[in-house]
Amino acid sequence: MDNNRRNFIKITATVGGGLMLGFSWLKPSGEKGGTDLHTDFIELNGYLKIAPDGKVTIQSPNPEVGQNVKTSMPMIVAEELGVNWKDVIVEQAPLNTAVFKRQVAGGSQSIRQTWTTLRTAGATARHLLIEAAAKQWGVSPSECSASESTVRHTSGKTASYGSLATLAATLTPPEPEQVKLKDPSEFTLIGTSQINVDMEDILTGKPIFGMDQHRPGMMYSTALRPPAFGQKLKSFDDRAARAVNGVQQVFRFANDKVAVVATSTWAAIKGKKALQAIWEDDGTLESTASQNEAMRKKLDEPAAQPKRSDGDVKAAFAAAEKVIERVYEAPFLPHNPMEPGNFFAHVTADKVELSGPAQAPERFRKEVADLLKRDESTISIGLTRMGGGFGRRLRGDFVLEAAEISSIAQAPVLHVYTREDDMTAGIYRPACQYKFRAAIKGGRMTGYHLTGAGMNMDNTVRENYFPAGAIEHCLIESHNIPSKVTIGPWRAPVTNFLATAEQSFLDEVAEALGQDAVQFRLDLYERARTNPVGKFDYDVEKSVGVIKLAAEKANWGAPKAIGATGTHQGFSAYYSHNSYVAEVAELQNTGRKTVVKKVICAVDCGIVINPIAAINQAEGGVVDGIGHAMYGDFDFVDGKPQQDNFDTFRLVRMGEQPAVEVHFVKSNNDPTGLGEPTLPPAGGAVANAFYRATGQRIYVQPFVKGVKGLG
Amino acid sequence: MAKYNITVNGKKRQVEADSDTPLLWVLRDNLHLYGTKYGCGIAECGACTIHYNGNPMRACTMTVGSVGEAAITTIEGLSENTNHPVLQAWREHDVPQCGYCQAGQIMTAAALLAETPNPDDDEIEAAMYTNICRCGTYNKIMAAVKTAASMK
Ligand code: FES
Ligand code: FES
Repeated sequence: MDNNRRNFIKITATVGGGLMLGFSWLKPSGEKGGTDLHTDFIELNGYLKIAPDGKVTIQSPNPEVGQNVKTSMPMIVAEELGVNWKDVIVEQAPLNTAVFKRQVAGGSQSIRQTWTTLRTAGATARHLLIEAAAKQWGVSPSECSASESTVRHTSGKTASYGSLATLAATLTPPEPEQVKLKDPSEFTLIGTSQINVDMEDILTGKPIFGMDQHRPGMMYSTALRPPAFGQKLKSFDDRAARAVNGVQQVFRFANDKVAVVATSTWAAIKGKKALQAIWEDDGTLESTASQNEAMRKKLDEPAAQPKRSDGDVKAAFAAAEKVIERVYEAPFLPHNPMEPGNFFAHVTADKVELSGPAQAPERFRKEVADLLKRDESTISIGLTRMGGGFGRRLRGDFVLEAAEISSIAQAPVLHVYTREDDMTAGIYRPACQYKFRAAIKGGRMTGYHLTGAGMNMDNTVRENYFPAGAIEHCLIESHNIPSKVTIGPWRAPVTNFLATAEQSFLDEVAEALGQDAVQFRLDLYERARTNPVGKFDYDVEKSVGVIKLAAEKANWGAPKAIGATGTHQGFSAYYSHNSYVAEVAELQNTGRKTVVKKVICAVDCGIVINPIAAINQAEGGVVDGIGHAMYGDFDFVDGKPQQDNFDTFRLVRMGEQPAVEVHFVKSNNDPTGLGEPTLPPAGGAVANAFYRATGQRIYVQPFVKGVKGLG
Repeated sequence: MAKYNITVNGKKRQVEADSDTPLLWVLRDNLHLYGTKYGCGIAECGACTIHYNGNPMRACTMTVGSVGEAAITTIEGLSENTNHPVLQAWREHDVPQCGYCQAGQIMTAAALLAETPNPDDDEIEAAMYTNICRCGTYNKIMAAVKTAASMK
């Protein structure tokens, strides 16, 4: 017997009857790790349970940061299971890597990577329920069908899922290839709008976030960290801190940090403020001005190894009739999820209990195991709903701090970051700069040369993205400049600014050629189709599809009322996270200011699971992209962040956001990312529209810093 | 530490805290009412919005010592049957993304509508400007406030 395959699915009865179905998402056969499936079912934490009363519980394995996976992923299971959505209860699964594949919220990949897995889970349960009904009725399964929580026989006999669940639990699970998945045309739940499953908890203030955790005997902790990147703790005086009511312990940890453990959050915050610390450094602290200068210098140097080189760029530029060269720059940016960093930790002699908002719990467990020298099997991680992430919770600094503090304090602690901690403790979207050069000859772009430089950025470019593939002579280079400032993925890593710069640049090239911005792009894609150069990641058809859809929906190129209150459009399109997006921004001169009124957004992300949530995601990405492009500014003086809260760091607010119109391309393709792809094109669309409105080009993020009159 | 008698969601509650403790942390740590959120601590984000005698106020900068006899309402006490027009409208529009800012948004919106039953766009923008949503749900909030206004 093929042991791997047999273990791929686990079926069992549950206490009080009913069916519980757990899956091991390691590949059923042929892959390493497939033999690792000896885990007892008790530990497996199945994807779905069907109770005798018909209630179906589905565990959503991916952490929820607001990208709606806790609703959308169970919808996929429920679709294939053929259950009424109102009968479904959704639970957040704790970290359990033996069962769940890729338990990470990041890279817009949650749905994409688990799509088939989730469908197979639902379809397997449906298969079993049909088998159970057939057995009960003494008929052939082929005469039965299942939908709306009911199995039906051709004779008209029916049985509810609940009534069949206990019998189904005794059956042998089918081989994966015996399980038939629905054709997308048969979907009845996928493609319908279902509201957030945590809606009632959110509306009534239930304690569902990490910050809301409470356990008997729990302490609250805060940490004082070096105020500047590159500083170390020399000494500290904790007398005033210890005098604060409720402060229980103060100690140095993780070399350069000081922990304050107290009986309330306020006491922990006050105690931290009362600490007197002396910091030291080696005199090499960085400032924004010096970082910018270092990047600018690199843009003029060739990289040791280009990321991409097609044709002969040197010759193309030498032969050019005209060369366009532009430089773009963007600052570091904090993530600023509304819920600041926090984690619960209870470290005892034999086990470590962790719980809180984590985008990469699997990695955090490993890091904690290394830090505390524990076996990973003794560490559990519970997952709470996250008050936003944007990539911030892919780094586990707050988890490690919580674990270490609990371990030293010998107490359960809820470790909290204040907003100031969250904004200044590190992990930022890296600052970066780009230099673009285009060689123009015979009315077309014959050469393209992009050089990127970024702080702590392994790669500042996407060498296989458009317009690579469409230009004969193409050179793409990247420089990494080491920095003491810590960085990490930030919603749509790299592309969040690369796209703004590139799409602004292409707009200038189109203008220099006297071509329409949309037609210019379409012509380039046509070149990639008919004369592809080297390898590239994007699909020409899909790229063209969203460009045409956005142009059509926005009535691109139609004469708009011009003058003081005229509307001015800007175009941008970008492929990322396997999805395709094109956007038209509309800006209006109100007299004093030019404001972003509307963004028309066309998206191809394959099958849309939950339209209302998909629109939220798309809209959120556009508002986020424009908000940070316009206002997001963050700088350093002698290693110290100059912004530390929302009075100095400006986030987009009510009334500053554009209206967003989202159009999805109808598709039967497997779903692709949606949490990020609408963000990259947003900045460029606004910058290009701003140029049409005012004649000013934008080269610096935040936009409000580099130009005048932008609202 | 001192003892304070405060009225939260219609109930008298006795709490023990230092007088400078923000009401936010008293609600959360002492009374275990976790709906009121911490976002900035400096009255800039609105996540901690509560009603103070019906007025929207920031619990993060209001000390427990200053609450006195005032009636404090938190998200937990906004609507006993969870059928407040703002809640209904929030459901209808599926407003929340991560949800963290939403209690504050809802409390600000409810106070706005109590004061101005039929606000125009400018009035909604002005009232809601104090509440940051990092997920960018502003258009949904705008639409939901209008829906809630039309329900009254
Ligand atoms: S936490 Fe009170 S306004 Fe931000
Ligand atoms: S819904 Fe996430 S901050 Fe508003």
